[in-house]
Amino acid sequence: MKGKGGKGFGILVTFCAMFLFWLLLSGFFDAFHLTAGVICSAIVALISHDLLVKEKGDKMLLKSFKFVIYLGWELWQIVLANFDVAYRVLHPKMPIDPRIIEFDTSLRSDFALVTLANSITLTPGTITILVDPEKGTFWVHAIAKKPADGLLVDKTMQRKVANVYMEW
Amino acid sequence: MLEIIVILLLAVGIFFMFTGAIGLLRLPDFYTRLHATGKCDTLGEVLIIFGLLLYHLFHYPETPLVPVKLLFLIIFIFLANPTATHAIMKAAYNTGVKPWKVGEERR
Repeated sequence: MKGKGGKGFGILVTFCAMFLFWLLLSGFFDAFHLTAGVICSAIVALISHDLLVKEKGDKMLLKSFKFVIYLGWELWQIVLANFDVAYRVLHPKMPIDPRIIEFDTSLRSDFALVTLANSITLTPGTITILVDPEKGTFWVHAIAKKPADGLLVDKTMQRKVANVYMEW
Repeated sequence: MLEIIVILLLAVGIFFMFTGAIGLLRLPDFYTRLHATGKCDTLGEVLIIFGLLLYHLFHYPETPLVPVKLLFLIIFIFLANPTATHAIMKAAYNTGVKPWKVGEERR
């Protein structure tokens, strides 16, 4: 996958994504706007293609498919998180017991770490503070004991993200 | 029927934004306040924008690009909001803001 073929593919994918984005945002389809769009997308694709598409892009399709399934579960978790926060905030006694926890994961790639960090922030009662990308260590602020145990004992989310990116 | 769904979405969105504001005032310290704003704002904003999207899609079908732009807004809020929350949290942790424990004075 390495070398010129992989790079050209990355530039092409970035260019198509950028140009589609341009078309949708501009809404004008005359010659001037289309030409300007092609030029701008080409410049962006040449400069920053390695941000969107990594060199080793094996099993991208399978990973994307798994990611979409994971996203459905994540959306449900976000709804739960909001009811959880609403309950804790509106309850007269405010049942909170904040603590900072630390745990290791098997994840190493950037996308996997970002997904897990943002998922933790969006799910009930936990926010990521720090991530060590070399060791896969996460420091998390939990608002009570129960959400902290969800990450320390059950590890449901870590398993799901590791399954999506296939990094056990 | 459409009006009912849109109003419901807007009302639930406003409820969560309101809860976030109450949490900002009631919770005891910096980190716990971020819990309220970081989560409630995400779903509140998304629900409000989704309500507007549905309304526009069915009432003004001659401009279909506007709902697409609103959809982009939803996606970017979902990406940016947790990242910003995490960045603020990290900055506070690195500058040494002490987390609140049960039984302490609120600050």
